Formats: sequence, structure tokens, C-alpha cells
Amino acid sequence: MAMTAQTRRAPADLAEVVRFVDQEIAPHANAFEKAERIPREVLSRVAELGLWAPFLPSESGGADMDMVSLGRVHEEVGRGCSSLRSLLTVHSMVSASVHRWGDQAQQEKWLRAFAAGEKLGAFCLTEPDHSGSDSTAEGTTAVRDQDGWILDGRKKWITGGQVADVLMVFATTDSGMSTFLVEADRPGVRVTPLPHVMGTTASMLAEIEFTGVRLEPSALLGPPGWAAGTVMTNALNLGRYSVACGSLGIIRAALEACAAYTSVRTAAGVPLRDLPHVRQMMSGMVTARDAARLLCQRAGALSDEGDPATIMATWVAKYHASKAAAQAASDAVQIHGANGFSPDHQVARLYRDSKVMEVIEGSTQVQELTIAAEAYREVAQ
Amino acid sequence: MSNDARTEIRSFITTKFPDVTFSDEEDIFALGFVNSLFAMELVMFIEKAFGTRIPNEELHLGNFRSVELMADLVRRQSAATVG
Ligand SMILES: Cc1cc2nc3c(=O)[nH]c(=O)nc-3n(C[C@H](O)[C@H](O)[C@H](O)COP(=O)(O)OP(=O)(O)OC[C@H]3O[C@@H](n4cnc5c(N)ncnc54)[C@H](O)[C@@H]3O)c2cc1C
Repeated sequence: MAMTAQTRRAPADLAEVVRFVDQEIAPHANAFEKAERIPREVLSRVAELGLWAPFLPSESGGADMDMVSLGRVHEEVGRGCSSLRSLLTVHSMVSASVHRWGDQAQQEKWLRAFAAGEKLGAFCLTEPDHSGSDSTAEGTTAVRDQDGWILDGRKKWITGGQVADVLMVFATTDSGMSTFLVEADRPGVRVTPLPHVMGTTASMLAEIEFTGVRLEPSALLGPPGWAAGTVMTNALNLGRYSVACGSLGIIRAALEACAAYTSVRTAAGVPLRDLPHVRQMMSGMVTARDAARLLCQRAGALSDEGDPATIMATWVAKYHASKAAAQAASDAVQIHGANGFSPDHQVARLYRDSKVMEVIEGSTQVQELTIAAEAYREVAQ
Repeated sequence: MSNDARTEIRSFITTKFPDVTFSDEEDIFALGFVNSLFAMELVMFIEKAFGTRIPNEELHLGNFRSVELMADLVRRQSAATVG
């Protein structure tokens, strides 16, 4: 997606991000969902505000933003529109991966364009015929050719796949799983939009087929084989953090919608806000929001310190925040009654979007396996 | 340095997996408790504890199989940084 927007280096401060979300995102999020796309002008505004990859170093066009601050940005964007937050998530994963694992040539080729949002990245791991939870990329192969690689296979549920310029593709090679950077306009790449998806409907999801796609040796990103698991884990860790923060944004949006609605709607002769069961659900949302915020901050701060404990902290933050978002959105629909199902209100979209958070970047069940295993290790100590 | 590195690496692993016993030379991957999450944690731990950035060419299984091999990796990285 070539963008002509004037880009700038310093990202918007949080107050500016809040204004952007309040004025240009949240009021239009239902329309984005209906149109099943985020308008190009909005993507350009994200670029203008310097929000595509502000964590990249300044010499690569970023702003050296720390993870705690990045989390706040993704939380705010998630409060307004999960589809846009999803686009930020996958673009961040690709940008961070090229920054962490890319060689000098790859970094020079991509990072500035990623920071400016002139090129958008998509993260291509899941395949139509294999469990996404297993993350093995076994249905996609990259075979060594005399002058590079030949890529074949199919990826599905690729967020931003309809508009991405650079695809970060996981494929099986002779040395195990490896990661490749593939331009979306290469011969042999076919992008098919996935319409009518329930949840993050405007995130421009696609199925992407690779047929005999020729790649230069320089398409390989990071170490091949065993360590590609590290490349994947590293990217998913950032994605999980972003989704945790985005889920916190959903909880806040649900809470704000309910606070406003229950203040004006009356039942049994009193405003809904005076009914005990409404107060119970509101209290649950407040508590879930505060807990999610603390967990996200902890995960972000540990990441900023380079502390390996950030990995488990991120799992816990995402586990709590995604489940809490689904609960909050469900309660918000309940509180809104029939209006909760209406496109005139935000909460039906929040409900659909929140369910996605429990599936992506490690489903709730897969998280339970991992988090519980950690608990047993702690007890054994 | 190498002995300190061994001690620190061993301590990081045994804090995470207190039930597992292994020697410094033993292949910890063969013991079956290392998944991709823990591999990432190991990489982050080594980079933080020893103030180094492991380059791509050093990121292969052979360097992480045992405490001894990881300590060797740390020694090589420190030498590269100093020299
Ligand atoms: C809106 C949306 C956007 C997405 N964007 C991307 C993207 O950008 N890039 C990308 O690569 N993928 C993307 N995905 C795919 C996503 O990562 C996968 O859906 C996810 O990993 C789960 O995989 P799966 O759908 O194959 O479910 P499966 O792995 O088939 O799981 C099905 C069910 O079984 C459960 N389950 C699986 N394994 C276990 C286990 N071991 N123990 C207990 N329960 C288990 C799961 O929790 C789930 O409930 C997206 C998906 C959605 C819905």
C-alpha cells in the first residue's frame, strides 16, 4: 500500500492519540465494520501521527517508544476500533521482527518504510488445513533453488492481508521452520479477501496462496530451523501484548457505553444505573479494567527491561484481558437490551470483536495450558 | 567468567524447572522440557544477564543444548564485544 501521507518522526503524544480515537475512529468504527475496511485516509492519518511502528529506533525512522507507552497507544486505538488495532498489531510484529532479526540490508530496505506506514506488513503463520494453535507451518514449504527459494502453500486468516505490502511468512525448509519476507506483488502470490468475518470485520483479512513464488536468498529473515521458533515466539509475544492492551481498550469502551446508556435509559421507573444488577456488572467491568491495566503495564515494563519474565507476564495479561473483554462486551449487550443488538450502538461490535481476542495470539485454552504449567512449576519450587 | 556464566545459566533453568536434574554437559533439549517459549526466555535471559545481543548466526540449537555450550556462547560474545 503506497502511501503519500506526509509522515513525521515524533509520534503523537497520548492526548493526541486520545483525540484522534475520539474524533476520527470511535464514531466511525461501526461504519468501518459495515464497509469491512478501514479507509485509506485513516491509515494515512495513523502514519501522520507516527503510530505504525513508533518503537523502532530513531535512526530507522521510529521514535524509540517504550513498550509501556506503545501499550497505551494500542489500548486507545483498541478502545475505538479493534480492526484498526489489529492492523497495528500485525504491522508491529513484522516491523519488530525485521528490527530484531533482519540483517543490515533488510533493515535498510524496510524499517523506514514500516515506521512511516508507507509499506504495511502482515504476519502469515496460520494455514487453512492445520491447527493454528500448533503453529508448525507444515503446509507451506520453501525449497532451496540454485539462486534462492521457491515458496508454495496457503495461509488463512491473515489480518491486513488485503492491503499488506510485505508478508512475513513461516514455511517449512530442509532445516525446519523458517521465516521469509515476501513482497505481496511477487508473481505467484494470490490474495483473496475473506468477507463477512464475525469480529474485527474491518481488518481486511485475507487468504493468501503462494504458488512457485521465487525468492532471493535475502528473503530469509533471521535464523532458520530451530531458532525460527524464537523468531515466531518473539513476534507473537509482541502481538499478544498488543491484543492484551487492545482488549483493555474494549473493556473501557464497554464500560463507557454502559455508563452513558444506563444514565439515560429508565426501567421500572428508575434509571438503569440505579438497578443493583446493573451496578454489579459495572463493578465487574471496573475491576476487570483495572486488573487488565496493571497486568499490561507489568508486561510492558518487564519487556522494557529485557526481562524474560515478560513472556509469562504477557500471557497472563492477554489471558485476563481477552476473557474480561468478552465478559464486559457480553454484559454491555445485556445492559443495552434490544439496543445492544443494534448497529446504532457500539456494543454489538464490541461483542463480536471481543470474541476474536480469545482466539488470536494463543487461544484461551492454549493459554490455560501454558499458564497452568507455570503454576505447577512454581508450586514445585 | 565461564564458571560464573555456568552458575547463572544453571540457576535460571533450575528456578524455572526445579524438578529437573541435569549436568552442565547434558543435552537439556533431550530432557524434553524446553519448548519454544522457554527457548525465547533463555535467549532473553542470556542477553540481559550478560549484556549481549546474540547474533543470528549464533542462534542455533547447537549453542543452547547444554549449560556448558551456553556458557561458551556467552564467553564468545563477551570476547567479541571487548575485542
Ligand atoms: C479475526 C482473526 C484474525 C487473525 N489474524 C491472523 C493473522 O494475522 N496471522 C495469522 O497467522 N493468523 C491469524 N489468525 C488465526 C489465529 O491465529 C488462529 O485462529 C489461532 O491460532 C487458533 O487456531 P485455529 O483457528 O486453527 O484453531 P485450532 O488450533 O484448530 O483450535 C480450535 C479449538 O481447539 C482449542 N485447542 C487447540 N489446541 C488445543 C490444545 N492443545 N488443548 C486444548 N485446546 C486446544 C482452541 O482453543 C480452539 O478452541 C486470525 C484469526 C482470526 C479469527
